[in-house]
Amino acid sequence: MHHLHSGLQRLLATTVFNLFQSELQCVKEELSSSARPLVELRGISKRYGELLANDAVDLAIRPGEIHALLGENGAGKSTLVKILYGVVEPSAGEIQWEGRPVTIASPVEARALGIGMVFQHFSLFDELTVAENIAVALSDDWTLDAVRARLGDISHSYGLALEADRAVWTLSAGERQRIEIVRCLLQGPRLLILDEPTSVLTPQEAEHLFLTLDKLSAEGVSILYISHKLEEVRRLCQTATILRAGKNVASIDPRAHSAREIAALMVGNEVGGVRSTAPHVPKGEMLTVDSLSLPTGSLHGVALSSIDLAAHAGEVVGIAGIAGNGQSELFAALSGERPTDRNDAIIIAGHPCGAAGIDARRRLGAAFVPEERLGHAAAPTHRLSENTLISHAAAEVSRSGFILLRAARRLARAIVQSFDVRMPEADPQARKLSGGNLQKFVIGREMIRNPAVLVVDQPTWGVDAGAARLIRQALVDLATAGSAVIVISQDLDELFEIADRMAVIHQGRLSPMKPVSEWTKESVGLEMLGVAENSGEAVHAL
Amino acid sequence: MTTFEAILLTIVTASTPLLIASLGELVAERSGVLNLGLEGMMAMGASCSFAAAVTFDSTLMGVGAGILAGGFMAALFAVVVLGFAANQVGSGLAVTIFGLGLSGLIGAPFVGARRDPVAPLNIPGLVDIPFIGRLFFGQDLFVYGSIALTVAVGLYLGRARAGLVLRSIGENHASAHALGLPVLRTRFLAILFGGACAGLAGAYLSLVYTRFWSPGMTAGRGWIALALVVFAAWRPRWVLIGAYIFGAATVLQLHAQAAQFGVPSQLLSAVPYLATILALLLLSLRHGRAIGTPGSLGVPFVPDR
Repeated sequence: MHHLHSGLQRLLATTVFNLFQSELQCVKEELSSSARPLVELRGISKRYGELLANDAVDLAIRPGEIHALLGENGAGKSTLVKILYGVVEPSAGEIQWEGRPVTIASPVEARALGIGMVFQHFSLFDELTVAENIAVALSDDWTLDAVRARLGDISHSYGLALEADRAVWTLSAGERQRIEIVRCLLQGPRLLILDEPTSVLTPQEAEHLFLTLDKLSAEGVSILYISHKLEEVRRLCQTATILRAGKNVASIDPRAHSAREIAALMVGNEVGGVRSTAPHVPKGEMLTVDSLSLPTGSLHGVALSSIDLAAHAGEVVGIAGIAGNGQSELFAALSGERPTDRNDAIIIAGHPCGAAGIDARRRLGAAFVPEERLGHAAAPTHRLSENTLISHAAAEVSRSGFILLRAARRLARAIVQSFDVRMPEADPQARKLSGGNLQKFVIGREMIRNPAVLVVDQPTWGVDAGAARLIRQALVDLATAGSAVIVISQDLDELFEIADRMAVIHQGRLSPMKPVSEWTKESVGLEMLGVAENSGEAVHAL
Repeated sequence: MTTFEAILLTIVTASTPLLIASLGELVAERSGVLNLGLEGMMAMGASCSFAAAVTFDSTLMGVGAGILAGGFMAALFAVVVLGFAANQVGSGLAVTIFGLGLSGLIGAPFVGARRDPVAPLNIPGLVDIPFIGRLFFGQDLFVYGSIALTVAVGLYLGRARAGLVLRSIGENHASAHALGLPVLRTRFLAILFGGACAGLAGAYLSLVYTRFWSPGMTAGRGWIALALVVFAAWRPRWVLIGAYIFGAATVLQLHAQAAQFGVPSQLLSAVPYLATILALLLLSLRHGRAIGTPGSLGVPFVPDR
């Protein structure tokens, strides 16, 4: 009772204080005194040849504020923060740090000002140890021993546990991110930039990160938080600046708007969900995986151990998991890029084909879309028509070893039309398409064959919202038309949206397969961490 | 002096140029640059040092000229692969061919000339110890220098901050650039160091090993030095061991030929090269991929500013 009382009192006090402050701020702003932003970008532009990545962007961050930078892929978020961190030089515009203009010519100068950055695809060195990774980014007077000593303190006060002498490649994505954060914190930053920090984390790890960020913000550190996950931005941030096609279109309080309203600002129009015409009625088994085990294929790979999986005609089966838990190995085993010794470990449409190669499996009616579109799903310097040969070689585009160019062009045109692929010229090289358009082409190339089984790895990775919606809709429609669709994805929202049944892969093992309605984000998160069987105790130890 | 002792002494002489050249290449590769121009840089070092030594009648001038010649070829290579981000394999091969040709041109007037042997650095007292005295305490400065260089490179890579920066850049140049580490500058200096070492190794060949100049006298030692770096899994300690194993193989096949083993001499001459292939094969069988390969090795870097 006493606790509740004092809590209420404090709440009341802070509310009154905040009201008072905001009023004060109005007065102060007129006087232009200490309420000034920590950092202010004015009219920042960046031109790459024809492309205007940033077009006169303004951005102001106050001390202690958690400020969201929102926008679709290609909206110019990454370019803007690279400018702020001194990696990229702006073509025009001005940066003010505590009211005085500065030029940030390199990350070293950014760090000297007090700017720290946690990168999206991590700026770590796999073969080096944790302590070495931290020391290399600090100023010259940090020795390895000093880093080891301070690592303990920082780990303790922010709950960021790390072992100094482990090699980075042995660590999980969450641990890797901790290294980046600790690296910044050791420099006593005034502004911390985080680029899509939760894209590689489980829901539990993300919540843990938010607590750390709240704590830093309370200590007066400003945070620039880049994300396209709107719910977490609404949970965490006080201000949001929204970029679209390189321009800032709005600066809002994300807590006062719904996720839908913010999404509309990001995309420029309403984004619909995927519609499912009828509930999927699964029929016969099209793909069966029977206790499939596979040793690691590469130095830092993951071994698959006794995986059981069944996909029926007419359903979408989802496979969730954090990156690097055996997804690419599972895909390689299913597609036949890595055949197994046991032929009956994988059965496609009733035919055992575990030892068969990729083309044999295609002839059985299977189709595959790997994660990496440029270089794996498509040959970068080949034209789209030539790229149809990759998976259609046995079919209509070649005869007795010769390419039927006209048929290939016709096929490419058909794919381009039915999947709305936008191209810079007629029949361009694959590398000239944007990520979203190439992904539409690659998925379309497989779907146009009407496969009995389609296996897709990360169908919408790095694809803009419009293309992602089109791809998801096509996957659902293919299942409705009677194919079995297997989607391997790290995007949980995507799987909850399109999958009928789902399982989680963790360190090469697959969890039990359950209907999506029986999963919650929490239960998926526990499986992702591999702690589901330990009644969730271990999560607190994070 | 027994025959056995003499063999041991020649092994040291055969191993030293391999060790020096490999250490330079190791530093360049640890920074992420594959320098296939090693053979050409060694050849340039050999001819320029011999020319300078004969002209000025000074071994010191010869050594200086060898290092400068290797460094000059390295600077040329660096401008092409760093400044223009050209393909490192193609550029390296071109430098080797160019270096072999140019060294022949520079060395042509000096064919037939001879230099006196470089005086060994006899350590008084110790050098008279029977059997091991000459081997350990009666070598020339190059040999002691090459051992000191191994220790220095090991300490630099393992302990020094600058070495950590160099390793990071070789491991992942994109990350290093994002953190503000000077990728191109570090690589430029690493290539120069590699070239200077190759030049020194070449100088050793013409001033100490043969004491005359003939075209093509490097005879593939640059390629062996390159293989040695892989064999050593990019670790200085293993380069030292590997250089002496390969040096021994080179010398022993000569003695085997002299002893007329009934094996064709061509086959025996091929022993060091076969050993290289075998070592690489064994390494790759054991690890699936050569352990310790710098992540960015051979990949051109273009900063996005």
